[in-house]
Amino acid sequence: MISEKDLQQKSLEYRKRILHYIYKAKAGHTGGSLSCVDILAVLYNNILNVSADNFSDPDRDRYIQSKGHSVEALFVVLADRGFFPETDLETLCQYKSHYIGHPTRKVYGVEQNTGALGHGLPISVGTALAAKLDGKSYRVFTLLGDGELPEGSNWEAALTASHYKLDNLCAIIDHNKLQISGTTADVCNTDPIDEKFKSFGWEVRHVDGHDFNVLNDTFQSIPFASGKPNLVIAHTIKGKGISYMENQLKWHHGVPTKEEYATAEQELDLALAAF
Amino acid sequence: MGAIEQQTGTDKANLDVFSSTLQQLAKTDKQIVVVTSDSRGSGKLTPFANKFPAQLVEVGIAEQNLIGVAAGLASTGKKVFAVSPACFLTARALEQIKNDVAYSDNPVKVIGISAGVSYGALGSTHHSLHDYAVLRAVNNITVVAPADNFETERAITLAAGSPHPFYIRFGKKVMPLLDANNTSFEFGKGRIIREGGDVILIATGEAVYPALQAAEKLLSDDDVHATVISMHTIKPLDYELLAKVAASGSPIITIEEHSVYGGLGEACASFLLESGYHNKFKIVGIPDEYTVTGSQVEILNHYGISGEGIAATVMELLGVSH
Ligand SMILES: Cc1ncc(C[n+]2csc(CCOP(=O)(O)OP(=O)(O)O)c2C)c(N)n1
Ligand SMILES: [Mg+2]
Repeated sequence: MISEKDLQQKSLEYRKRILHYIYKAKAGHTGGSLSCVDILAVLYNNILNVSADNFSDPDRDRYIQSKGHSVEALFVVLADRGFFPETDLETLCQYKSHYIGHPTRKVYGVEQNTGALGHGLPISVGTALAAKLDGKSYRVFTLLGDGELPEGSNWEAALTASHYKLDNLCAIIDHNKLQISGTTADVCNTDPIDEKFKSFGWEVRHVDGHDFNVLNDTFQSIPFASGKPNLVIAHTIKGKGISYMENQLKWHHGVPTKEEYATAEQELDLALAAF
Repeated sequence: MGAIEQQTGTDKANLDVFSSTLQQLAKTDKQIVVVTSDSRGSGKLTPFANKFPAQLVEVGIAEQNLIGVAAGLASTGKKVFAVSPACFLTARALEQIKNDVAYSDNPVKVIGISAGVSYGALGSTHHSLHDYAVLRAVNNITVVAPADNFETERAITLAAGSPHPFYIRFGKKVMPLLDANNTSFEFGKGRIIREGGDVILIATGEAVYPALQAAEKLLSDDDVHATVISMHTIKPLDYELLAKVAASGSPIITIEEHSVYGGLGEACASFLLESGYHNKFKIVGIPDEYTVTGSQVEILNHYGISGEGIAATVMELLGVSH
């Protein structure tokens, strides 16, 4: 369990690396990686019973990233947790590199190949159901984008989850309110998300997706209610941490120019200097 | 006829021409409706959305819903273009295409964008190497892959006026005009882009251009004269043209940015074999393996879907080793 202050510092370093690799590869899903990286920081440092040493243990907790496009955040956190050498990421998106633009199981630490949206929740339901069938105590966490919710497979899986009383399943929605074409409200309004899931039999919490203490406490308190699947609606900011990227549509998969990259580094270095 | 038209600076990605053609049509035809699933940007349709907001329906990230909604719209006489990445439309929404579009004969134009390995390093979730194969096995849908800007404009304009379903596949690359003098275009009729005769290169979609590059290289390096055909319609296939070129006895090579299984190559092979032709034959495409990672160009080069790669395959088939 690491402290709030350490998490704050780590998350700034994660952001630096995310931007470094995206800048180098000249490709990446920048905004969504920056909106979810704090959630990943809390999960991998404080919550998940998963590490480079126990990754083949059938009793480990599972993390399945449904919003696979934010792979840079996942890779950076996995590297920090010792799943593979950080330098591997220098090959991101290069010919014959297994570090591609979405998670694949060719990378140690990745549970499932994702990238097509609307797959993570059904797979997670199956994985959580297996724990129930086998009397195991591991938990399954999955991260969804808010733009991803209109995929019908999510709602089919939401039904299965409550039908089988999967209180060992925690879905997290990275609720940054943006997708590619516009705000989620403009593209396809899914509000109220909480009421929809509640009516599907889930227990729901709203959290600030950048508040480490709240994230910690919330994940620690799973299951929120016995016999019910858990939903965490994490209110986040797309592009979080870089002033000119925050809440800007173009940074969904925008790659910074040299100048923009320098500005971003400066901002993060300045914030890091406070530690 | 034959020389590769020089890049003129006016060449565009076929998708840009798709978008401008749709805008042209929508100006005078209010029945044109575009349906997107958070895909207007990748479909180059932001200008369309801005000019014709009443003719664009956005369903959010929900491809199955996209095709179902498109089918319903089309059933009322609207001319519907359902636009989303080929990988998602022809896998996830396949049942909707099969039942709601093809079987029910709702005249939706399913537009698969960023097809083949256009998405490069985004990986296999984003590649569509199966779309010709699955849709060839679905009754009542015409399968088209325009090679250049000209074929794109023709395909979109003609499909808009058709009362039947279409699947039209696009990549992302800027495509040079293949042959300015050849202005014929008819669905189900391959276009001879270059006449040679020593070897027949039959390609589709964006793979026609590397076939043409191979033909130039074969001529200059080895004095081998290649015929190049743009087989823009994969279903129904132009059997007449196939029979005609096969009769020469020359080796035949097919080229496609698709799995070697079930696509243009196997469509040609089954016709030729059933018709008693025994030309030397080779399918160039993506093999059945974990697809190599990298950019689109790196992947295509890796599998020999390039001017050099195709030329090398031709020489091998001709029994000449370099
Ligand atoms: C099935 C499917 N359809 C479309 C896409 C293309 N796509 C990738 S990211 C994205 C937008 C996702 O928005 P959101 O879920 O809100 O992600 P975030 O804002 O967290 O980046 C889209 C449409 C995809 N990857 N999978
Ligand atoms: Mg979002």
